[in-house]
Amino acid sequence: MENRFELVSESRTVHQVEKLAEGNSHHDSYFKMLAKRFLKHKMAVIGVVIFTLLILMAILAPVIATHHPAEVTADFEAPPSADYWLGTDEVGRDVFSRLVYGAQVSIIVGVGAVLIYVLIGTVLGLVAGYFGGFIDALIMRITDIFMSFPYFMVILVIVSIIGPNVGTITLVIGFLGWPAVCRLVRGSVLSIKEMDFVQASISVGYSTPKILFKQILPNVMSPILVNATFGVANAILLEASLSFLGMGVRPPASSWGNMLSQAQSLTVLSSEPWLWVPPGLMILLAVLSINFIGDGLRDAIEGETNN
Amino acid sequence: MAKEKMLAVKDLAISFNTYAGELHAVRGIEFDLYKGETLAIVGESGSGKSVSTKAIMSLLPKKSTTIHSGEILFQDQDLLKCTEKEMQHIRGKDIAMIFQDPMTSLNPTMTIGKQIMEPLIIHQNMSKENAQARALKLLELVGIPMPEKRIKQYPHQFSGGMRQRVMIAIALACNPRVLIADEPTTALDVTIQAQIIELMKELQVKMDTSIIFITHDLGVVASVADRVAVMYAGEIVEVGTVDEIFYHPQHPYTWGLLASMPTLEIGNQDLYAIPGSPPNLLHVPNGDAFASRNQYALAIDFEEEPPMFQVSPTHYAATWLLHPDAPDVTPPQEILNRWAKYRKNEVNVYD
Repeated sequence: MENRFELVSESRTVHQVEKLAEGNSHHDSYFKMLAKRFLKHKMAVIGVVIFTLLILMAILAPVIATHHPAEVTADFEAPPSADYWLGTDEVGRDVFSRLVYGAQVSIIVGVGAVLIYVLIGTVLGLVAGYFGGFIDALIMRITDIFMSFPYFMVILVIVSIIGPNVGTITLVIGFLGWPAVCRLVRGSVLSIKEMDFVQASISVGYSTPKILFKQILPNVMSPILVNATFGVANAILLEASLSFLGMGVRPPASSWGNMLSQAQSLTVLSSEPWLWVPPGLMILLAVLSINFIGDGLRDAIEGETNN
Repeated sequence: MAKEKMLAVKDLAISFNTYAGELHAVRGIEFDLYKGETLAIVGESGSGKSVSTKAIMSLLPKKSTTIHSGEILFQDQDLLKCTEKEMQHIRGKDIAMIFQDPMTSLNPTMTIGKQIMEPLIIHQNMSKENAQARALKLLELVGIPMPEKRIKQYPHQFSGGMRQRVMIAIALACNPRVLIADEPTTALDVTIQAQIIELMKELQVKMDTSIIFITHDLGVVASVADRVAVMYAGEIVEVGTVDEIFYHPQHPYTWGLLASMPTLEIGNQDLYAIPGSPPNLLHVPNGDAFASRNQYALAIDFEEEPPMFQVSPTHYAATWLLHPDAPDVTPPQEILNRWAKYRKNEVNVYD
């Protein structure tokens, strides 16, 4: 019979404390936690699935497409058939193949432009927010100037001067889109740089670039990520609008925007829906899925304050 | 016994430019820090204790701070004249700091391990593997169980006390000669406070570090300090060994501080509070800054600032009461009791 009133040896108490600690220690890292919350957001998961499919479509375009996207055939304005799944356009190019290749343009422009402007905006925002004073004032005034341009007009003008194609559109959107990110990052840095851990890392001997990029940047990543996601959707829409106006990707190269521009005539609108419904749906799907992803990310990040 | 001086602060005066005007936060303080000792700096909020230690690390905001005079000598080098680059080599390596609030002093996006390894990689050019091995040892040293597991975790997975242990591990990573602890136990509850203080004492002996311990908690002072400096309105008003300050205090402000410490004997009596509030450092009063709150104030206190009078080779106080011409005043009963204890101890020492 065990005596329950006997003194417990020290080693046993320590052992139990460690066991307790072990029970508590299967916590996850911050990003694992975000992922868990994100996966609970059903629409966001659907968004990820659709966007992944779009990316796969863009990468595997040569395999998926049944025809060369610029190949002109004898059947023009043919309705969907076994040979041309989504019919052909007014010069006899296969609409399905053009749709598949169009995904490449949208994703390159969307992701490429956002990468460029997030990079510029983040670096400028970090520098402005952290150093403050004259540098901050200078960067913020430049930001103000950029933000006061009629954005779409400037893009139109620049693209028409340097010549419209996928590369130039990406660069132009990328170099004009950074002010919003810059302001966002600066705002976050202003509050984060006052936090104790920044001062603690200075007191440990971190150099200024290390403080900016190792200590502060990871803490502003979440808002940047959300902003960037919505930015991709915007950039895709911008490219579609530019192409629709003939200032984006020009035929024979295909993009969803320039495919839509063929629907400017009433006959096409009323009697040849295969020419404009598929690209319109693709743009809708891409933008919607990305916006759902953005919503999911934002909720996952903001959820931390609720829990 | 001449001990090796680690740090000497001389005539340091700092002010901040605020919208309301120039705020004289530190007004000519002097102190030395010897090897292996703990110097506690006590004083109420706004007395300039944090500002003076931040000046040592040059952590004060450059734009709004003016350093009027002074030297901070560390190994024959004036830290106030160091460039930012030179300071980066000293910070964390020779002089390290522990902050008040462990909940906000760790970067939430970095693992504990990385945060401990970083100073080792910066200052000692350690490889990742070596730094990790050392980080494990440090975690063990500061009493964190299962360091192999904990090293990969993030700050939010640690309790306040555990985080303060991690902060100590980071500060001690490169074996600094001077450790500045800015109210390291204020944000912790009492049992954890005691553990952290024990840990710091133990590590100080092991590593022979000199510690500047900033606090407003006199109980903590009594248990950690070798020497105590009492600050008031940006000046050091009394400095001495811990026994001298606790049992033979000379400055009326120190009397007030000690009398306002709750004790078990006090029973239902009201706790003593020093009347009034500290002077506005935007407009520094003439004479002794404490004069207007001082029931023992002399006429000269309102005209001229008292110099440091020597009480013993280790004990100085800035009060005109120590001047040979000053009248004899009777300190409060509480202080007289303390003096009596001191005398008894002194007798014991010589027996």
